[in-house]
Amino acid sequence: MNAAVASVATPDTASIAVNDLPDGTRRIAVSGRLDAVTIPSIWNPAHQVVAEAKNHVIVDAAGVEYCDGVGAALFVELMRHAPDGKLEVTNLRPAFQTLLNQFDPKVLAHDLDPPPPRGPVLEEIGRASYRVWRDVFDLVEFIGELTAALFHALRHPSTVRWGDVWHICERVGVDGLPIVALISFLLGLILAFQSAVPMKRFGAEIFVADLIGLSMLRELGPLMTAILLAGRSGAAFAAEIGTMRVNQEVDALTTMGLDPVRFLVTPRIIAAVLMVPLLTIMSDVIGLVGGAITMQTFLIPFSTFFREVDSAVTLTDFLAGFVKSFVFAILVAGIGCLRGLQTAAGASAVGDSATKAVVSGIILLVVVDGLFAVAYYLLNI
Amino acid sequence: MASDEPIIRVVDLDAGYDGVAIQQNINFDVKRGEVFGILGGSGSGKSTLLKHMIGLNEPIKGHVYIGGDDIITADEKTHEAILRRFGVMYQSGALFGSLTLLENVRLPLEEFTALSDDAIDLVARMKLELVGLEAFTGHLPAELSGGMQKRAGIARAMALDPSILFMDEPSSGLDPITAASLDATIRRLAENLGVTFVIVTHDLGSIYVATDRVILLDRKAKGIIASGDPRKLRDESTDPRVRAFFNRESQAVVT
Repeated sequence: MNAAVASVATPDTASIAVNDLPDGTRRIAVSGRLDAVTIPSIWNPAHQVVAEAKNHVIVDAAGVEYCDGVGAALFVELMRHAPDGKLEVTNLRPAFQTLLNQFDPKVLAHDLDPPPPRGPVLEEIGRASYRVWRDVFDLVEFIGELTAALFHALRHPSTVRWGDVWHICERVGVDGLPIVALISFLLGLILAFQSAVPMKRFGAEIFVADLIGLSMLRELGPLMTAILLAGRSGAAFAAEIGTMRVNQEVDALTTMGLDPVRFLVTPRIIAAVLMVPLLTIMSDVIGLVGGAITMQTFLIPFSTFFREVDSAVTLTDFLAGFVKSFVFAILVAGIGCLRGLQTAAGASAVGDSATKAVVSGIILLVVVDGLFAVAYYLLNI
Repeated sequence: MASDEPIIRVVDLDAGYDGVAIQQNINFDVKRGEVFGILGGSGSGKSTLLKHMIGLNEPIKGHVYIGGDDIITADEKTHEAILRRFGVMYQSGALFGSLTLLENVRLPLEEFTALSDDAIDLVARMKLELVGLEAFTGHLPAELSGGMQKRAGIARAMALDPSILFMDEPSSGLDPITAASLDATIRRLAENLGVTFVIVTHDLGSIYVATDRVILLDRKAKGIIASGDPRKLRDESTDPRVRAFFNRESQAVVT
């Protein structure tokens, strides 16, 4: 085979020509400009002529006008695939040869950092179970630390960073008010409408007031407020503390002898415990107003609606919801802070923590709400 | 391989943020194939100037020409073309945290070249070999030390073999051996391929070994107080501020 594969090279192209010498040596002439733009056209052909060679291969690079890192990659690739393991590159300009000499084809022949092999399925299951167990363990440990920190705060109120507490109160409570108000209002409005339509067929629209009153005060008010808190503040806590963790600010606190739980978590929990019950009361009231407005269209005036609510709902019902809101506040703020403190390194870690804070916050809320329902039933509340 | 043709020109530039100039009336040229150092103490506006030069922040006034095109006033298409001419190595590496080192270096090659997958893989591995990270290709940046992340950042900046490389404090945080081999790599690329380097640094060791020409910025003077061959500046300058910088003397002037 004495034919040129591609002949004349213009300055912005690269070409190769193959010449089999009588002694069986294959001589490949590479010429033109070797860079990321020109190499794709000759990469595969060059590869092929080297792979097809039976004996020794010599690459004559006399015609190479420019050769950058991608050009060097081509030579390294050809060296790796030469039939007798040896491939000479000759006549390359000294400047380009210096660049090529930096690389060792033997080093590049293997992947020196392969991904770790996957273990057997049983091992994977074991690891996953261990992670879940570890998570539960961390949670219990955190609850312990938190309880200790809160008791410490109760006994020594002066050690609490009240400036931080008020600042977080503003962000959790005041800034969260509009969204809690909107959702509660719409919830009352929709709930009233959906139940009033079928109830009207039995002439029982007035009992919609009982329904709205009981469900808002006992269940929906505290639960919706807590879920919104998980989405707004739980995620924010996780992201804030997570970013501090990534920036080694948490490490700095620890080495200064300041307990991160007391310093970062306590103010957030206190702020949540102060604000969430207030938001819950707001949510209850606004939900009722939403319901009352809907019932206007069913010709039930405000006064009738609220008198009916008053007769159906007792103080116990209100307190049943109110007590829950305290527990929900600790739960959501606590899990947000815990996820923040657990943040690993890396840019995506903070996002992961925020997501986990919301997901595990909501799961815990629903589970604990279920426990409350059982407990209230058994206690006849 | 430095030629007389300027590849970067900075003209009457006021560098700073929010209308507050840290440096005023900066003028200098960088020649093709030259290793050019931007020096100065902390807070003298070196990195700010660099951000103006690579088009990340708009300067208060003035122009930056890269290969003849003004990066500040360029329309979107020209701007994109200018961006292809240079690579930037950021102070902390700025690697993408969710990608392995190999994937980080592969990314620009995948996006901007027509190379086959095998070829991209080999080129990316070679760039990582160049900075001594061939055994860490499958690691995530977070699993590596700061110096290693920085080296990987250099490998990514060089992925497309740009004709200009901007480097923000390349040798800070590197051990002396790695820093020296980085200097050698810079010289090799400049001399053999005609790559132009603009390096922001205050590492005297690298300055003497790697750079051809430097400018020295001063915070109080709000401008360039010296320019030229760093070795000559060290030996011949009469300005006490310049002497203090190049001879590592403690003087209140340079902070």
